[in-house]
Amino acid sequence: MRIVIAKPGLDGHDRGAKVIARALADSGAEVIYTGLRQTPEQIAATVVQEDAGAVGLSILSGAHVSLSRKLIACLRAQGAGDIPVLVGGAIPPGDVETLRALGIAEVFPTGSPLAEVVAAFMRYERDGAKR
Amino acid sequence: MSEKRDFTTPSGIPRKAFYGPADWNGSRYAEQVNDPGVFPFTRGVKSEGYRRKLWTMRQYSGFGTAQESNARYRYLLDQGQTGLSVALDLPTQLGYDSDDPRAEEEVGRVGVAIDTLEDMEHLFAGIRLDEITTSFTINATAAVLLAMYVAVAKRQGADLRRISGTIQNDILKEYVSRGTWIYPVEASLRLIVDTIEYCAGEVPRFNAISVAGAHFRDAGATAVQELAFTLSDGITYVERCLARGMAVDAFASNISFFFYTHSDFFEEIAKYRAARRIWARVMRERFCAQNPRSWAFRFGLVCGGSTLQAEQPINNAIRVAYEAMASIFGGASSIFTAAWDEPFAIPTEQSAELALRTQQILAFETGSAEVADPLGGSYYVESLTDATEREVCALMEEIEGQGGMVPCVESGYIQQLIADQAYQRQRRLESGDEVVVGVNCFRTEGSTRNLELFQIDDSSVHRQIDSLRAVKERRDGARAERALEALRAATGSGENLMPPLIEAVESLCTLGEICGLLRGIFGEFREPIVI
Repeated sequence: MRIVIAKPGLDGHDRGAKVIARALADSGAEVIYTGLRQTPEQIAATVVQEDAGAVGLSILSGAHVSLSRKLIACLRAQGAGDIPVLVGGAIPPGDVETLRALGIAEVFPTGSPLAEVVAAFMRYERDGAKR
Repeated sequence: MSEKRDFTTPSGIPRKAFYGPADWNGSRYAEQVNDPGVFPFTRGVKSEGYRRKLWTMRQYSGFGTAQESNARYRYLLDQGQTGLSVALDLPTQLGYDSDDPRAEEEVGRVGVAIDTLEDMEHLFAGIRLDEITTSFTINATAAVLLAMYVAVAKRQGADLRRISGTIQNDILKEYVSRGTWIYPVEASLRLIVDTIEYCAGEVPRFNAISVAGAHFRDAGATAVQELAFTLSDGITYVERCLARGMAVDAFASNISFFFYTHSDFFEEIAKYRAARRIWARVMRERFCAQNPRSWAFRFGLVCGGSTLQAEQPINNAIRVAYEAMASIFGGASSIFTAAWDEPFAIPTEQSAELALRTQQILAFETGSAEVADPLGGSYYVESLTDATEREVCALMEEIEGQGGMVPCVESGYIQQLIADQAYQRQRRLESGDEVVVGVNCFRTEGSTRNLELFQIDDSSVHRQIDSLRAVKERRDGARAERALEALRAATGSGENLMPPLIEAVESLCTLGEICGLLRGIFGEFREPIVI
């Protein structure tokens, strides 16, 4: 099982991304963490190149809606539109539905339990995005 | 909830059920503790504590355009805030103009967008820079923002020797935990030493660097790690200034510090008391500073950060209030109390006001600020201060043994220590070993429903880009080009870059043009990937 954890945009807060990456690795996943300031194009390319089964975005800058939209477009453009995208970070409750409508599989605001996040990655990695 | 069995501080220092003379008996009072205002400043850097001057109430704020942020600043000043703290958007922190494709979606979002000197002038419209102190959370692009601030002060007719404030300007911690780095380590350190040297000569009351532990802490570090990494960074900057040929007493008082106060009340107080003692000794004994001002460890801090929770968010106001009280018992010079709604968004005017009132109630109603270091001499607090000092010094020696902070940061060693702590803490939260009210116990459903959160005005991005383009059209293009050429030449000659940077911003070169030029010359840092 391969999962890409990515930090899109200019936001440098990577605590959450690293904790999730470590928890997934502890659960037996092979995790590729991209590091900071990745463009949606770069992230999509990493997903394709690594043949990942799911991708997680961590965003705390408030730019989650547009970055999510762009990543989904990039994945489709690179023939990986079926790869589920999960998003976590400083997400106002009102934006959760917006993200889901864009095709984000699952949204995890700050404070979400690790076990839930890990379980969701496992499930989506197995079943795909179903968009 | 099960009964608590593990009585250690979050840094792992054991806690006894009570403390007495066997733990601390005051026999070494003069040497180890001493009165407030006296070396080694354990009890504070001022003999009268907060009596002559309260801490500065400095709420971090900024969003959208300079004009919108200026309105928020004036509102906060009208409400009794006593200093400004400028939050800058990510493109400004990373040296991109607002019309740069990489800046898209981030303009004005986590702070105000500053592209040119004109934005900086709008930011302080109606605010005299010689009457207020301003703190900028700015690092990789700090030299450019300082140049703009100085240029605005000059335009206002202010005496540069009287303006005061702080630029964070601490790149080492950016590589580790906050992520707004641009250039590689050596080029960044040169820029930092340039700003310290410039301020020491021209703007002597300005803190050219605020060595920050806050971001280590929020990334997961313990209080002990936060302090050890911060002091080790401080030592690195002092060494670099000495290597430039500066005399230690010429710049030491331009260095200040910055932390997070987290939830463990007494550990935080002990952290600040230990910090003052360690730094005073480092400056006096290791660097042979003679001026007592050079020994004095002055710091600002934030209450909130990662202690704020999305669940039952109003509880955050209570957390912040306790943290603020620990902060003044720790002797902070300036405090930013975060608003309860910051897990979600930039604060609304109402939540920002409550955050400020939290400090005002502490200052004016509780009597807590009337006696310096009121907990000094407590068996527990003195013992915990001693234990914190021992742990911090041991970690500092370990870092020193690996060649200091620069190699430890480049290798990812510090990043790994912090990531380990962050992960362990998360596990403790999930197992319930560590309790967070409303999050892993005393939960309620729907606590985040119907929140009224601050909304960024999306049209401000367009206004910002329009005004940037207008400045570029209006400016004297030939002068701007000459200024950039002069800056390029100065990077090669090794001279201090502040004078050419000031000329560049006064010529209305944009932040993106200036940083783009430097990026081309210096290159970019390569991040070690650590999880």
